[in-house]
Amino acid sequence: MIVVNCPNCGPRNSSDLRPCGELTPRPDPSTASLSEWRTYLYLRENPAGWVTETWYCRNGCRRYFTIQRNTATNEIRDSEAP
Amino acid sequence: MAKQGYRYSAGKLVKHGLTRGDWPRMWSRPEARSSYDVVIIGGGVHGLATAYYLAKEHGVTNVAVVEKGYLGGGGSGRNTAIVRSNYLTPEGVAFYDRSLDLYNSMAQNLNLNVMFSRRGHLTLAHTDSALRTMHWRAEVNKLQGIDSSVIDPQEVKKQAPSLDVSSGTRYPILGALHHPPGGIVRHDAVVWGYARAADHLGVHLLQETEVTDILCEGGVGPDGKGAGGRVTGVRTNRGDISTPAVVNCTAGWASLISNMAGVPLPITTHPLQAAVTEPCKVFLPTVVVSGSLHVYVSQTDRGELVFGASVDPVGTYRVNGTLEFTEELAGHVLELMPGISKMRLLRQWSGLCDMTPDYSPVMGTTQVDGYFVDVGWGTYGFKAGPVAGETMAETIATGRDADLIAPFTISRFTEGDLVGEKGAAAVGH
Ligand SMILES: Cc1cc2nc3c(=O)[nH]c(=O)nc-3n(C[C@H](O)[C@H](O)[C@H](O)COP(=O)(O)OP(=O)(O)OC[C@H]3O[C@@H](n4cnc5c(N)ncnc54)[C@H](O)[C@@H]3O)c2cc1C
Ligand SMILES: [Zn+2]
Repeated sequence: MIVVNCPNCGPRNSSDLRPCGELTPRPDPSTASLSEWRTYLYLRENPAGWVTETWYCRNGCRRYFTIQRNTATNEIRDSEAP
Repeated sequence: MAKQGYRYSAGKLVKHGLTRGDWPRMWSRPEARSSYDVVIIGGGVHGLATAYYLAKEHGVTNVAVVEKGYLGGGGSGRNTAIVRSNYLTPEGVAFYDRSLDLYNSMAQNLNLNVMFSRRGHLTLAHTDSALRTMHWRAEVNKLQGIDSSVIDPQEVKKQAPSLDVSSGTRYPILGALHHPPGGIVRHDAVVWGYARAADHLGVHLLQETEVTDILCEGGVGPDGKGAGGRVTGVRTNRGDISTPAVVNCTAGWASLISNMAGVPLPITTHPLQAAVTEPCKVFLPTVVVSGSLHVYVSQTDRGELVFGASVDPVGTYRVNGTLEFTEELAGHVLELMPGISKMRLLRQWSGLCDMTPDYSPVMGTTQVDGYFVDVGWGTYGFKAGPVAGETMAETIATGRDADLIAPFTISRFTEGDLVGEKGAAAVGH
């Protein structure tokens, strides 16, 4: 079981939340080229180590927030609101 | 030592039985050379099949398969071995159907019994929309000459009498996609068969050798990696190997390897769990899959029920079993087959899956010269091992993406030309 700390609701089982994947910088849609936009949509670093990722508090406060998680161990540190 | 070209036969079985003499080792453990024509990273079915077809069909034998652990220690030794070709897109159907052909002649060609059992494959529909997708798949399949049709609950009951097809259940069975040529295979034997045959043809199988970097020059990124560059070798925990061609066949670890060449992938790694029960008398004649219930089941010749599900939702490289999986699995299986409620699970395990956004693989040439990918196999890649090996070998030998894999190259993501297989691959394997 992975316990994720929602900044509003406190520690919750990860199955109460929805993982939205690693945080990738969003290009400005009005100036981004098609290939920059698709790179943002699809390509991921997918590292085995610390990654900053977005979660959605699906069954609780319905807020998005980011955490840092080590994908090799599932250790988690500092939750923050976006 | 592996004895080159040693053939298995009934006569040898009698001889070894009577003399109790040792069987020769299936493959050798050679010392690594300092350079190879092709270095394949990953000793699963994909890497081994690619090596085999390179040597067999194209005469390229100065090849190394580099494996950080032991052969078949990744997904190839952990999967539930379901083989089928009733996919959703014409590109997918043509590709996977070629693999079924290769499985059909594999025991003969590799001189090893891979226990390919074409026992039929049922994908259950519990909702109108699922039934609609089944009809869609059946029509795409039929158009390409694949034996695939939608059957009603009474026919489902005939195919698999242990299923509860009554209408009073929580998720009543409204029908199913029936695919008679689908089935299961002995996954370990497939891996060993390709390894042994590749070794006999002169391929070096380098186990306990981990690739830690891919050496490149001329690319736009740091250290000459990335677009426009070319591959010059690999760095391993046992030293550098020079080579003009590197093939990434590392499935769940594919992103880590690809980042070493400066080629980011559209992949996230998720664990997939499976479980097996104690053996009992064989009663389940086909493979049964339920997408809505996120579960599938088949029975081995030894009598164990093999269960699988969809991937764990949180992407991670950690493979440990979870109670959530076992609980959900048991609940859903009992909805389908109330009769097995007293059976006990023997074990459960997990493996890494390289998930792509469109549930199709990423294959062929890349923006780095000499760097090839055969990845994005998600939860469905074991069945593709033979055809992927065949087409990747052709691609490496000719430098041109083989026709069957042209729709699956990495450029489809920058061109926005995805091959959506979710409707046929999310749980179906
Ligand atoms: C539980 C489960 C059930 C499944 N069920 C099915 C099914 O029913 N049908 C189906 O078709 N598919 C199924 N799959 C998917 C299938 O198992 C995989 O897609 C397939 O085995 C991938 O094969 P591969 O040879 O590409 O990779 P793998 O067999 O995973 O081999 C990759 C190898 O690369 C090695 N490696 C990684 N990093 C390095 C490095 N740095 N240096 C050297 N070596 C490295 C690993 O040790 C590993 O041995 C299932 C998967 C799982 C986990
Ligand atoms: Zn919350």
